[in-house]
Amino acid sequence: MKHLLGIETLSREEIERILETTQAMLEISQREVKRVPTLRGRTIINLFLEPSTRTRVSFEIAAKRLSADAINVSASGSSLSKAETLTDMAKNLVAMNADLLVVRDRTAGVPQMLAERVRAPVVNAGDGTHEHPTQALLDAFTIRQALGSLDGRRIAIVGDIAHSRVARSDIYAFTKLGAEVRVAGPPTMIPKGIEMMGVKPCHSMPEALDGADVVVMLRIQRERLAGALFPSVREYAATFGLGFQSLRYAKPNAIVLHPGPVNRGVEIAAEVADAEPSRILDQVTNGVAVRMAVLYLLTGNHS
Amino acid sequence: MSSFDTETDRGEKASRVSERPATRVVMDAAAIERATTRLAHEIVERNPGLAELALVAIISGGVPIADRLAQELKRIDGPKVFSGALDVTLYRDDVMGHGRRPIPQPTRMPFLVGGRRVVLVEDVVFTGRTVRAALDAVLDFGRPESIQVATLVDRGHRELPIRVDFVGKNVPTSRDERVELQVNGPEDWRVVVV
Repeated sequence: MKHLLGIETLSREEIERILETTQAMLEISQREVKRVPTLRGRTIINLFLEPSTRTRVSFEIAAKRLSADAINVSASGSSLSKAETLTDMAKNLVAMNADLLVVRDRTAGVPQMLAERVRAPVVNAGDGTHEHPTQALLDAFTIRQALGSLDGRRIAIVGDIAHSRVARSDIYAFTKLGAEVRVAGPPTMIPKGIEMMGVKPCHSMPEALDGADVVVMLRIQRERLAGALFPSVREYAATFGLGFQSLRYAKPNAIVLHPGPVNRGVEIAAEVADAEPSRILDQVTNGVAVRMAVLYLLTGNHS
Repeated sequence: MSSFDTETDRGEKASRVSERPATRVVMDAAAIERATTRLAHEIVERNPGLAELALVAIISGGVPIADRLAQELKRIDGPKVFSGALDVTLYRDDVMGHGRRPIPQPTRMPFLVGGRRVVLVEDVVFTGRTVRAALDAVLDFGRPESIQVATLVDRGHRELPIRVDFVGKNVPTSRDERVELQVNGPEDWRVVVV
């Protein structure tokens, strides 16, 4: 059985194989008729047990551009509210001859658990604070598109590193592709021992962005975290928010990424999010292509 | 994750150099040169004026042949012809079979297909399945006035009712042989049967 559960277990060659396929998929999205017949007659189920707009729509569009039938299932209104277990629900969906499951859940390890129990490939669309592999793949693709390669590039990831599945997947992907990665945020958001992932922890923007080719800003969950992990949103924005002032520490033509949804004026100033260095909308465009690549490479790969 | 394996080639026309059983050269560089020149003239004859002509290479084997034809057409008739390259991987009828998936390359169609006379260019035509996939792929870009097929080598053994309009050389083969165009440098081209 073959799945995409995280970046941690992928080799550099496997990542590059997906990114190369993504290049061809991107061309399809630029056509007038944005559809190829590859997955005609295949059924892909998007099991989104945590709210998501962008990622769910991105997977749905990706499936449809490959001519697959995409079915969306969300937690509310599903039989989970009748106390059915997740495994039972997934097994029932697969019993309807689904060819692939895309799974998003707020608990780490759920995609892995389902992959071990159902007879279909599973793609992790984000599980708790564990991994979000397709986000990291689209980030890596966007960086390659702008800079050619990640080898030897300096990449700063700023925000709540400890609770971010995007940060974890990005760190695995970027280091495997040869980049030098720094992480920054308030001490409460930098996990102890992060050096073991091969990255350098920093405690200020000048230190983190010094000579950076790429700056990845993470979303601050203001409603959940303000007052717990940092004193106030204003103080966070002043210390670790990205404005044109702090962007000056990076290389002159550095690019800025953000996985969305953006808190304008918190982790990133509105004028930076909309300006030339920002690749935020490219990330969204590339996200569809990356997910097409993953669905193409995995669908129907039963053991 | 072994489905993300790195090997990309598929059986039919894979240019593997590792094992070398009996190899016979059926076209050397001079023969290929003569054949492509003749193909270009035949294309001009059938499509006078070339105004609406578009050469579309089938990736990857058709690309060097299409480049040669484009140069030759320019020499014969002056104006530049439209050129594109089509990856048909995602249209193949065998792509979802078991085993590793081939990696598609980006298609390039930098012109409007509608109303044009499209000439698909291939290095070797065999079962006709690749040409069938290419026909579907071209039609996804619009409604051409016509589609013609030019190939350096036709080795027979069709499995579909597909015919070729312009043939460089008919090469009789047995079904289990492999025919490949080997391009080892700007002048060092040859077609071998393995």
